[in-house]
Amino acid sequence: MGVITKPEPSAGRVVSQVSPNWLTTRLDFLVNWARSNSMWPMPFGTACCAIEFMATAASRYDISRFGMERMSFSPRQADVLLCAGRLPFKLAPVIRRIYDQMPQPKWVISMGACASSGGIFDNYSMVQGIDTVVPVDVYVPGCPPRPEGLLYGILLLQKKIRGETLADPAIRIEQTLDERGLRLAPDRIDELSEPFGNSIHQTRSA
Amino acid sequence: MNPSAETLQRQFGSAIRRVTESCDRTIVYVDGDRIREILAWLKDDPGEAYNYLVDITAVEYREAGLPIEVVYELFSLGRKVPLRVKVTLPKDQPLEVDSVVPLWAGADWLEREVYDMFGITFRGHPDLRRILMWETYAEGFPLRKDFPLRGRFSRSEQVRQALNAHPEAHYSLGELGIAESYHELPEDMRERLRRGERGQIAAPKGER
Repeated sequence: MGVITKPEPSAGRVVSQVSPNWLTTRLDFLVNWARSNSMWPMPFGTACCAIEFMATAASRYDISRFGMERMSFSPRQADVLLCAGRLPFKLAPVIRRIYDQMPQPKWVISMGACASSGGIFDNYSMVQGIDTVVPVDVYVPGCPPRPEGLLYGILLLQKKIRGETLADPAIRIEQTLDERGLRLAPDRIDELSEPFGNSIHQTRSA
Repeated sequence: MNPSAETLQRQFGSAIRRVTESCDRTIVYVDGDRIREILAWLKDDPGEAYNYLVDITAVEYREAGLPIEVVYELFSLGRKVPLRVKVTLPKDQPLEVDSVVPLWAGADWLEREVYDMFGITFRGHPDLRRILMWETYAEGFPLRKDFPLRGRFSRSEQVRQALNAHPEAHYSLGELGIAESYHELPEDMRERLRRGERGQIAAPKGER
């Protein structure tokens, strides 16, 4: 896929030579207000988390209160990639291509324990956290998370978007894969994929 | 005991190695070289009529000396009778058995799954390739006892190989349902579909 390596946007960095003035901050406020209240999700539901996501989208929890009722089943019209469920290695190039096809600005929610860390699937076939494949903005814990948990994650993402500024060019840089075809350095992927918690003592047959 | 076992012993003699019973199910161990002949007889004989192949799977036991077994679950839809037929494959010989796709077309994907997970080759299968793992999967056969739970490669290498795979190439043109519109596809997609996934994954560049 891509061959250009770009730095990730980092907090605390000087983002612009121009000091923020009344006009740019008001424009930021307006743009962020519009963006955060009309996030169109691209649902990538692979497992039971998708059922909870459907419950969140249905009338009782009503995701449309946050401007997200328009499910975008085409990545070209999506703002938020919502990975609900475990990601097998066979689907890793698929979610990466969907992420690459989404236009900027774009965000990713990792819903549930399996998407965030591999969860109970510490085995040969499962990606140990989708952050080894695509950058993630909000991790929602739970197995699966209740709709309230997912809504809290969405509110956190809205909060994050309201803090962005147009003066930071890094948020619009497309984060492509490096020449190895990886998003992170191999040792970071190995570190992120280390077994943790109980799984160290379980089934260590390797 | 299922009376079919006795009939089989009369019909095929020494090709029926052993008959046991477990949980009210009759298990017939048969000679691997004659499995297709025996299953064809079980399917077509009017007195047996095991016309439904429920499943094909395989078992590897924890004890290293025991052979791998291929299990055929049969069911007679007319007589409502199940029968389990097993073939043993010693590990010091090539893991090969005749395909039963000519008898049941539904055995196609079942045998591909057994090949994918256990590495058992089905002679005469029309399209024997991996079905659950992708075609360039190079770590081995995941349900074998000598396969480590987390796979043989490091996590970063697994992620690298997965991200370098071409999702379209997992499937044939027919499976994608685009065989007719092949000439309307973009050139790079046609190239990927022609090549399939059988090509080598490029070695990592740089110091790693």
